[in-house]
Amino acid sequence: MTKYAYYPGCSGQGTSQEYDSSTRAVCRALGVNLVDIPDWSCCGSTPAHTVDHLLSSALAARNLALAEDLDAAAVITPCPSCLTNLKVAVHRMGDREFRLQVNKLLDKPVDRTTPVKSVLQVLAEDVGPAAVAEMLPNKPLAGLKLAPYYGCIMNRPPEVMQFDDHENPTAMDKLMAALGAEVLPFPLKVECCGASFGIPRKDIVAKLSGKLLEAAADLGAHAVVTACPLCQMNLDLRQGQASAAMGRKFQLPVFYYTQLIGLALGVPQSELGLSKLCVNPRLALDAMHAAQAEKREREAKNEAGKQQAPQAKAA
Amino acid sequence: MEVVDIHASCDHEFIAQVEAESEQKVRLCYQCGNCTAGCPYTFVYDISVSQVMRLLQAGQKERLLSCKSIWLCATCESCTTRCPNEIDVARIMDVLRHMARREGYATEKNVKTFWDTFLGSVEKHGRVFEMGLLATYVAKTGRFWTDMDLGPKILPKGKLSFKPHEIQGKDKVAEIFKRFREMQQ
Ligand code: SF4
Ligand code: SF4
Repeated sequence: MTKYAYYPGCSGQGTSQEYDSSTRAVCRALGVNLVDIPDWSCCGSTPAHTVDHLLSSALAARNLALAEDLDAAAVITPCPSCLTNLKVAVHRMGDREFRLQVNKLLDKPVDRTTPVKSVLQVLAEDVGPAAVAEMLPNKPLAGLKLAPYYGCIMNRPPEVMQFDDHENPTAMDKLMAALGAEVLPFPLKVECCGASFGIPRKDIVAKLSGKLLEAAADLGAHAVVTACPLCQMNLDLRQGQASAAMGRKFQLPVFYYTQLIGLALGVPQSELGLSKLCVNPRLALDAMHAAQAEKREREAKNEAGKQQAPQAKAA
Repeated sequence: MEVVDIHASCDHEFIAQVEAESEQKVRLCYQCGNCTAGCPYTFVYDISVSQVMRLLQAGQKERLLSCKSIWLCATCESCTTRCPNEIDVARIMDVLRHMARREGYATEKNVKTFWDTFLGSVEKHGRVFEMGLLATYVAKTGRFWTDMDLGPKILPKGKLSFKPHEIQGKDKVAEIFKRFREMQQ
């Protein structure tokens, strides 16, 4: 079985625990073999590259060097911010001079480069929506209306990220549709949610996340589905602040896409972590169940109608 | 509109330095405004991103290093992705921040404090310790009320640990910072 070196990222141990645990559970269920990078450290995230590109790449590269020993097909991470730092480091280290400089800062130098991908890319390309659909032919998420939100950096800039479309990504849309969900044409898929300004300038996050929630609500979404811990936190934990900024009360659950795949696969609640979401996910799940019940009723009526019709003719 | 006398105040050395550090050609910008059109932060910027590019062409160092925009850019990569001349605009914004830091400017103090506190946490523990980061940030800025409303929402979820996740290689991570500082001197 193909082996992937897994880089969980710091938030996976804290504010996005449920993303990490649902990612692990879904990968296990779909046959994606994850091996944690031993003793991984922080990639430096946004703060590092605002200080210096060499420092930022070195913090990311320490992990790439550790991953080499695992002899994995790729280094993969659920977090787009970690993904960017790891990918940018690989990209820049293509330049020999830069690579030498980075290695000067490290104990264990990087010697070969393992490709870096998001977990989403692996699920979308190596597993694929078709295989997921085949595993779950009864479409467990039917009736759930979703606004798919990718965030700004999962696919940009395209020369570095090398995955999906940079203006209209569809990897998550296709996985959700494979499970039967109704994926809405969400126009703000790649807009910024306010990123890491939540603490120093929460007014910015409230405004930008507010716009996203407004667009999703206006489309009639039952929930937003995302692949980024920071986006999830800004939209979910700060939904009250966003509501205040927009002068409109939002009540939109914000799922990680792995939670929804896990739900469809029957992953236990302890690993899905739905109870860790701030906006109650019941709101969306109840709407989904109601839609499913209504559909069943409609079909039963049609069925009954069909059975009655020939009799009527015969009479 | 503000008039800039580019002949009197153009700092050619500054332009060359930005070009070298960012590996971008500043003169390629023809002011189409695509970057500004897609920038989600224009509403809080004091200088829009295409104007940053124009002032850069005019070598307006002081003006740029002291602007707020470079601290508020989220590196969302919209400008870089949409520039018709393939200028990595986000990287230029990053480089301007690096220079501003080195020269002692910090027009958005709380943003800088937050980033510094974050990196301090990484240097100390090898990974970010979220709770410690918040506590230190609050202590440094004195902003006790920032997110009071969020406490009751997040604390019962049991996601924020009160203890850092120390790693074995935390000294190795601290070494990266140390060697980086030595290299800077
Ligand atoms: S998009 Fe590119 S060419 Fe157009 S104004 Fe911005 S930097 Fe200049
Ligand atoms: S990277 Fe910065 S300047 Fe460019 S569009 Fe995003 S926020 Fe604006």
